[in-house]
Amino acid sequence: MSSADRPSLNVAVLYPDLLNLYGDRGNARTLEQRCAARSIEANVIGVGIGDDWSSEEADIVLVGGGQDREQRRVQADLQQRGEDLRKYVDNDGVVLAVCGGFQLFGHHYRGWDGEIMEGIGVFDAVATHPGPRIARCVGNVIALWEGETVVGFENHGGRTYLNEGQQALADVVSGFGNNGGDGLEGAKVKNAYGTYLHGAVLPKNPRLADRLISLAMVRRYGPEEANLAPLDDSAALRAHAEALHAALSAGESSLGRRFA
Amino acid sequence: MAGKAARFGMRALGSGGTALPGLIAERMQPNALGQLAAGLSSVALITGTNGKTTTAAMLARILRTDGRAVVHNRAGSNLMRGVTAAMIDAASPIGRLPNETNAVLEADEAALPAIAAAAPPSVAVFTNLMRDQLDRYGEIESIALRWADALSKFPPHTTIALNVDDPLIASLSRHWPGQSLSFGIEDPDIPPAPPGEIVDAVWDPQTDEDFRYSRRYFAQLGRWHTAGGTQRPRPDIAAEHIAASSEGTSFTLRTPQTSADIALPAEGLYSVYNALAAAASATALGVSLETIRAGLGSHQAAFGRQEEVLVQGRRVRVLLGKNPSGMNQALRTLQHPGERHHLLVLLNDGIADGTDVSWIWDVDWESQAEHCESLTVGGRRAADMALRLEYAGLPAPCQPIANDIGTALRTALDAVPDAGQLVVLPTYTAMLDVRQRLGHLGASRLWDVA
Ligand SMILES: [Zn+2]
Repeated sequence: MSSADRPSLNVAVLYPDLLNLYGDRGNARTLEQRCAARSIEANVIGVGIGDDWSSEEADIVLVGGGQDREQRRVQADLQQRGEDLRKYVDNDGVVLAVCGGFQLFGHHYRGWDGEIMEGIGVFDAVATHPGPRIARCVGNVIALWEGETVVGFENHGGRTYLNEGQQALADVVSGFGNNGGDGLEGAKVKNAYGTYLHGAVLPKNPRLADRLISLAMVRRYGPEEANLAPLDDSAALRAHAEALHAALSAGESSLGRRFA
Repeated sequence: MAGKAARFGMRALGSGGTALPGLIAERMQPNALGQLAAGLSSVALITGTNGKTTTAAMLARILRTDGRAVVHNRAGSNLMRGVTAAMIDAASPIGRLPNETNAVLEADEAALPAIAAAAPPSVAVFTNLMRDQLDRYGEIESIALRWADALSKFPPHTTIALNVDDPLIASLSRHWPGQSLSFGIEDPDIPPAPPGEIVDAVWDPQTDEDFRYSRRYFAQLGRWHTAGGTQRPRPDIAAEHIAASSEGTSFTLRTPQTSADIALPAEGLYSVYNALAAAASATALGVSLETIRAGLGSHQAAFGRQEEVLVQGRRVRVLLGKNPSGMNQALRTLQHPGERHHLLVLLNDGIADGTDVSWIWDVDWESQAEHCESLTVGGRRAADMALRLEYAGLPAPCQPIANDIGTALRTALDAVPDAGQLVVLPTYTAMLDVRQRLGHLGASRLWDVA
């Protein structure tokens, strides 16, 4: 550490009172506590519609999922921030975009009625809703990320398709992933991660959480900060194992929604 | 009657539902509910995300106090089948209900249109609309649309009773030209919701205006208005001067004509809302305020909702929690200053619980950190729950005990001293399971079905 001060990271949660549908606040909490355990101070702030904020203040940006109506609501404000956020990602800024947030960080989302919701194009991907009579992608997911399992729950009507050359985050082992067809889950551009997994995703996947922290530390303090002190992850790994079991045993996803 | 009660009780405890006869009747006779309902004196339908079962129990008690015969689907079996099953259970072998029977039916929020079509309501009460089991119901907007559709098919003589403290419920009056009764809380001293609490609806989908609050009690409930001048209407039936008492909660129930002091043997603001919903429905059915007062005063906790039993010299209190708002409200009753509790938290992920357990991250478990004496965690997703509670700063739960609620219950009971109290916080199917096991351990005063 070049500075004698305690290192700190700024974690910005975009639209926390609108895009918070599936326990996504668990991600901020996980980053905060896993930082604290390494004596890194994580300052978590919420960024709402109209707030005066720029990504220069951020080390990690989190954005969660919402209902369609909430995604529609934030769309115009997010467009205003589009250039700033694209530049941030170009400069190796760390992002975790989940579900609806993942869709909005792609080029656009086409609703079942054909309405287009513009995204900010961080990911070279588009999302399309196949129509009101087509079942949503709902259930426990297992995916392979860098040779390790990541687990979570997905619940999305829209299907994401990655354009040629856009890297996926992970490969689906069980569940739908981006679209239930090509076996891909999420997307990754530099240090920006997009995924459909919630649950929340970071608590049960501590290595993914630490990757985000590590990337942010390197960007802020230099490459010597890449290695984080190991933590006791027994509780997280038990929850991870339990989620693997839930995904493999139930076949819940095939049941779909009871009131579809 | 005893034989029948026992049969009913076995079904309730054994299979986690009371829907089997309903299923058979539905197969044999698709319009079974419609035919049974045709002879009823009145039908009260109770719907909404939270509070249906308790409201129905309160209303049934009020009507019985008024000397009326009541048929009631009280095990939370609130889909078409469960409602039909309750009617069949009350009917004679030739499929006819006794004369002058009043039905009190809790209706699953998504099943409301079908149930209302088969059993046209005399009164329909809407309690609140919150996120719940998103894997099952989808977004709250789609529920609101279903309700608007159901309202358009209600018979014109129906009275609807609306919780106007919930702006999403208050707005249903736009879809109903007939009689309505509003209810809500009128008490300036209600403490505000804790900061950071999850709110499911922050603006009016029809006018696009944000909801603003002079006081928000919990979730989106409170004294709301919008910039465009829409205001929470003054409720016809209101709770005033709300205070915690040793017995539960006391308040003044005000109707357009008069008022009465209520001693409600249940805790928490959500119980007051349930009492208001029951009082409004009873008023619509012509029950006097004096009878409502007596009925509410003799309320007994419904199946797993603030239910308390005695097991091995320990008191066991069961507080069902199945979505963020419901669980937050249950937890709020456990936050008396200086009080500490032995907790057993049970998380299942069955279809009836919601297969997605993400919602536990939206519950304010942090509020329990200073009130928790011991913690045991069980259920099919015990490890997920234990991880959440570790992040919330609760004392280490040792090992989560997955897949065996019996062991979890015994472990939790062992941590409680003689004459102490264990608080059980289960999801729906875990609640059915733990009640059955409490029964095997000889629990006294277990919710009886006579
Ligand atoms: Zn999602």
